[in-house]
Amino acid sequence: MSVRVQQAPFDPGAETNAFLAVADGAGASVTFTGLVRSLPDDPVATLTLDCYPELALNQIGNMVEQAIDRFHLLDATVIHRYGTLRAGEPIVQVMTLASHRQAAFEGAEFLMDFLKTDAPFWKKQRSPGGNEHWVDAKPADDVARARWK
Amino acid sequence: MKILYFAWLRERLNKGEDEVNPPAEVKTIGDLIDWLATKDDAAGLAFGNRKIIRAAIDAAIVDHSAPLAGAKVVALFPPMTGG
Repeated sequence: MSVRVQQAPFDPGAETNAFLAVADGAGASVTFTGLVRSLPDDPVATLTLDCYPELALNQIGNMVEQAIDRFHLLDATVIHRYGTLRAGEPIVQVMTLASHRQAAFEGAEFLMDFLKTDAPFWKKQRSPGGNEHWVDAKPADDVARARWK
Repeated sequence: MKILYFAWLRERLNKGEDEVNPPAEVKTIGDLIDWLATKDDAAGLAFGNRKIIRAAIDAAIVDHSAPLAGAKVVALFPPMTGG
């Protein structure tokens, strides 16, 4: 398993290829890449993520261990950026490796649901006009996380 | 004891960290938040909705009832919005 919390950009395709290069014996892999979203009715110029890196490594490390145990994953990797990102840039990538596709899909969903509510990042959104606000935690994310209890 | 603040808590307090020496009756995270809130007007506003404040002790998540005894670094922050 691998957990990285970093300010530097990452190349989603290169990360997937590197992850798959050591996939001997697996039958399925899922890659999820989260991007900075900008919508016509909610335009985003930049997203700045505040982070507590030491806690993030602990929290995400625990999540990945849980996901590997629960879904019998062969491997899993989480990469999460912080700092200032522009619309369209990758923020997060989750990769899972399993014998069968259901485990790979579920492991990736489990990790993303936990990252939303339990990983110490905080997003500040800046519009093209320069208005800034902190993004509120969403009740729907708590609901999504609760289904794994 | 060192305290770290993140996101809008850091902005409202206008500092990312603090070194504090709370009195003996401040025994838990909840006590610490109550005590910090009395320090000045900015702190009173920042900690106004104390129930939503999350905490960690020495880089492990804890709840408001967690004892402070032995804590080196306490972090206080809003609900997390990762992913």
